Amino acid sequence: MAETELAEDKALAWTVKVWRGDAAGGGFAEYAVPARANQTVLDIVTHIQRELDPSLAYRFACRVGMCGSCAMEVNGRARWTCRTHASKVVTEGGTLELRPLANLPVIRDLATDMAPFFDKWAKAGGRFQPKDAKDGEVPADFAVVPPASKKRQEADAGIECIGCGVCYASCDIVAWNPDYLGPAALNRAWTLVNDVRDGARRGRLDAVAGDAGCHSCHSTQSCTERCPKNLDPSSAIAGLKRSIFWRFLEPGGDR
Amino acid sequence: MRGQVHLWAAQRVTAALLAVAVLVHLVTILLAVRGGLTAGEIIGRLSGSETWLLFYAVFALSAGLHAAIGLRNVGAEWLGLRGRRADLAWLGVGLLTALFGIRAAWGLYAA
Amino acid sequence: MPLDATHRLDLRARNHPAYWGFVLHRLSGIGLALFLPLHFWALGQAIQGEAALDGFLRWTDNALFKFAEWGLVVLLALHLAGGLRVMALEFLGWRARQKDLVAASAGFALLIGLLFLFHAG
Repeated sequence: MAETELAEDKALAWTVKVWRGDAAGGGFAEYAVPARANQTVLDIVTHIQRELDPSLAYRFACRVGMCGSCAMEVNGRARWTCRTHASKVVTEGGTLELRPLANLPVIRDLATDMAPFFDKWAKAGGRFQPKDAKDGEVPADFAVVPPASKKRQEADAGIECIGCGVCYASCDIVAWNPDYLGPAALNRAWTLVNDVRDGARRGRLDAVAGDAGCHSCHSTQSCTERCPKNLDPSSAIAGLKRSIFWRFLEPGGDR
Repeated sequence: MRGQVHLWAAQRVTAALLAVAVLVHLVTILLAVRGGLTAGEIIGRLSGSETWLLFYAVFALSAGLHAAIGLRNVGAEWLGLRGRRADLAWLGVGLLTALFGIRAAWGLYAA
Repeated sequence: MPLDATHRLDLRARNHPAYWGFVLHRLSGIGLALFLPLHFWALGQAIQGEAALDGFLRWTDNALFKFAEWGLVVLLALHLAGGLRVMALEFLGWRARQKDLVAASAGFALLIGLLFLFHAG
């Protein structure tokens, strides 16, 4: 029985090209994996690491699309691998190509260093600053924000970001300008700009202005196109541009 | 940073002006090119007309600045030309181009 | 080839309407920016009098220049349409119809191009 299964697997094998290497460079290695109907790309990577080559480095945690740690480039496109069915992305010839996320330093194989990505969240003023409590104190009372209010809905539009880095890896502006804050950090900033409980609007708009911020975005919308959570960072960035533009016209706004 | 935001804003303001001017320009081209373009026809339309002179002066200034700011982005992103000196050079390119255009408009007005 | 370079040239990551909209907008913009000084120089011939401008116009009155002229009108229409797309996204906050916006931009440019072709030809 076990033998027939094995035979079937061999007859229906996919070829997976996996980028192996580190910051100094590397290249593709090929692995033959069983072509199972129900498996995710992450399952395949795990299969390679457990059954074929234990030296393969990759990263995952939750396996259910919540933690944002397993993103890679699958056939040239950044995706969350734990929620990507292999059968939906495999080529007609039965091949998969896996690379580490673009625009981030490679640690080893499929694992990238996410530090620059999250550093930019901090630079973009991504920390919530309560209006009615100074320096991170706990406010005296809960803020009452009706969930159906327009402002809250605008804040909610971008709040489900899991920080997977797919948008960041898909953004050409990041590739062209390493200082550019990127879609995720700017989406976070816009979420907080819309949060009525937040008191750091002015400083945040300053932090996201200019060539390293929202003004470098050319609306290629790759971020929106690729976001696995169907968020719209491109529109968030447009919102930041709009807010900064109209602030110019406010009395004393251009400061 | 403020300068960068100003450049972005200038790009949008000139874009809005150009959107209108380009439409006028396209319609004029479609009408003018019919039956061939002659200097007499162009000069007959523009000579002595302050309205057209003003239109083309604003058009040329917007186009020159808009093109230079756009090229600045291309230069920074595709050629790695960044910094204050590059910015000043692009501003020079923009103003020079605009001046060239205004000179041409003036020539047709005075012809 | 370094990994970065292979990423940068990979069209599989970029093959979607808004990206092509951006590419058309940027390339048409570069084309127009390079053409602008030439255009002003040509019109500047008028400063040397009607005869000089007419001489220039006669010199350009051939199939090659007609084709280039048509190309310029298409570039202008493309860039205008792409610019309107960007401004609609930025200032009006349009989001749902981004693909339609790209299609509308392309359609508009095509229309102007055809109009010019039949009208001027």
